[in-house]
Amino acid sequence: MEFAIFGITALVSIACAVAMILSDNAVHSALFLVLNFSAVAVLYLLLQAPFLAMIQITVYAGAIMVLFLFVIMLLNLGHADSDLRGPSTVAASLVIVGLLAVELLALTRYTPRRLATELSQWPTFTDPATAFVAGQLTQQEGATRGVVGALAAPLFQTYLIPFEITSILLLAAIVGAVVLAKRDV
Amino acid sequence: MLLGPSLALSALLFSLGVAGVLLRRNAIVLFMCIELMLNAVNLTFVALAQLHGASGYVMVFFVMTVAAAEAAVGLAIIIGIFRHKQSVDLGNINLLRG
Repeated sequence: MEFAIFGITALVSIACAVAMILSDNAVHSALFLVLNFSAVAVLYLLLQAPFLAMIQITVYAGAIMVLFLFVIMLLNLGHADSDLRGPSTVAASLVIVGLLAVELLALTRYTPRRLATELSQWPTFTDPATAFVAGQLTQQEGATRGVVGALAAPLFQTYLIPFEITSILLLAAIVGAVVLAKRDV
Repeated sequence: MLLGPSLALSALLFSLGVAGVLLRRNAIVLFMCIELMLNAVNLTFVALAQLHGASGYVMVFFVMTVAAAEAAVGLAIIIGIFRHKQSVDLGNINLLRG
């Protein structure tokens, strides 16, 4: 059952990505991308990350894509002609992408056991049991503190300084966007 | 356990994003393909976080923040380019070509 839902959702997300690339109309591309993000949110639910699924819907499919649609409609780009590159470029790109996909699909042979054996052969020996204790800890924390609580602990303890730097990044992005969008730069 | 299929799907989505960046000339669609690639990487993080702890979830937060900031600044740049060129076709933007 779980696998069937995964298969259907994966097919929807891939079909939406292909349709996004191939559709001439930029508005259609944006809407296909929204559907793709929603499908990936369903996958997050299957992978036991319900909070991230909601964040994905609100931030990605909501905020960011609304920004894209605003810009498309502001610039009146809804009726563009086909802008695919020439046939030689298309052929070369497809070869490059095929090679990349083959390389990346080797990732699917990844298993924790395999990583553990490779780690134990590393010169500076790391005990796999100490390296991978974190996974079980998260399952326990999710059961006792709830999904959001299990996520908040590492975010505000281990990763506190990156979190604060993120706020500076967002401030810089706000100021940069306002300055760039002003009429007389 | 859906680890292997999730990693395969994220590999395919990332490759499709690269294909979009290489094939299209519309700057806004190109930006959307970059978002697709970031999303594929997020899927990898979530799939592996099941096994290796909550750090993967935190990393997804940071990727989303960077994506939001990048979209805001990038779209502002696209608006600026449109003001100068009346077009967002990357074939027309050749100011730095020798």
